[in-house]
Amino acid sequence: MQESVIMKIHYGTALGAVVLVAIHILFRMTQNFSESLQYESVIANYHFLPYAIMLELILILLSVHGFNGLRVILLELKQGVGYEKAVNYGCIAAIAVLVAYGSRTILMAGFGM
Amino acid sequence: MAAITPKLSDEFPSTIVSSTNSVTLRILKFNPKTDSAATFVEFKVPVQKWTTVLDVILAVKQHLDPSVAVRYSCRQASCGSCGMKINGRPSLACYTKISELNSNVVTVEPMDNFPILRDLAVDFTQFFSAHKKLKPYIIRDDSEVTEDTKEFLQTPKEVEEYLQFSYCIKCGLCNSACPTMATDSSFIGPQALAQAYRYVADNRDNGKKDRLKIIDDSHGIWRCHFAGSCSQVCPKGVDPAMGIQLLRGYLLGFRK
Repeated sequence: MQESVIMKIHYGTALGAVVLVAIHILFRMTQNFSESLQYESVIANYHFLPYAIMLELILILLSVHGFNGLRVILLELKQGVGYEKAVNYGCIAAIAVLVAYGSRTILMAGFGM
Repeated sequence: MAAITPKLSDEFPSTIVSSTNSVTLRILKFNPKTDSAATFVEFKVPVQKWTTVLDVILAVKQHLDPSVAVRYSCRQASCGSCGMKINGRPSLACYTKISELNSNVVTVEPMDNFPILRDLAVDFTQFFSAHKKLKPYIIRDDSEVTEDTKEFLQTPKEVEEYLQFSYCIKCGLCNSACPTMATDSSFIGPQALAQAYRYVADNRDNGKKDRLKIIDDSHGIWRCHFAGSCSQVCPKGVDPAMGIQLLRGYLLGFRK
């Protein structure tokens, strides 16, 4: 993939995450802070499908943005064909693992497992 | 009757006639072939208020230590040969007066982010190879020397698009000041990127697609953090940081 495409995704995920996290914070402000973190409130969020979809989107956006940022830092830190390949594929694998694990949590809480 | 010629100090009492002034010049000496570590060597050198750092280095070379390695040529900030770190800041030695440094100690070191050949002379091989990689010339299918079109006329506005970038003298100060170059040895560098913009912005050129492809690399234009130090140190007033941002505009689709 061309670096310009990757960086467009990087900027896009940042903007998307800012908007969705802002909505997430506004939702939290509808309740008291302590109330918002109660077990029933948290589970209720996962049972509300549009909200669960939004949490899943935040997870994907932040994972992609965060691990691409880490990839860029690591590429600037050290150079070499093998090292760069390891960093690129390592970050893709890390995104996949984090999204899979987070999605599992969202699905399990959503289905009451 | 003898004529009385007033001295400069009598005419302008506030003027400091500094023929007796001197500075301590500290030169970082290092030969990678024979030395294990770099060492500073100090010299006491008399200066006038118009003396440049290059004058002082050459005085040391002529009278005190002929082994000092320094690259220079035009002595008027046109050739870009005498780039070095002067009191910690990348500058041209011929373009920096001792008087403007406001210090009695002048420390000169080779430029950062370049391999050292010896003392103040650094290796420009990678620098020029990055410059050449960006095809720093007008690319066109047709030739300039035809019967009908002997020259390609441009409006002043079209020239303005790239003019300041054509003032680059390839001294390497921007690359030396760049924080990305300090860690990423494969980074193409602000000089080459600014030159890529110089030709991409030239309406006579048709090589935009090629150049954008070259800079759109994992160690290309996207690694610039926009620190702006390249633009701060340029002795010719070129703004490579701006050129890089404008080039990004082409890649992001903001500019055509």
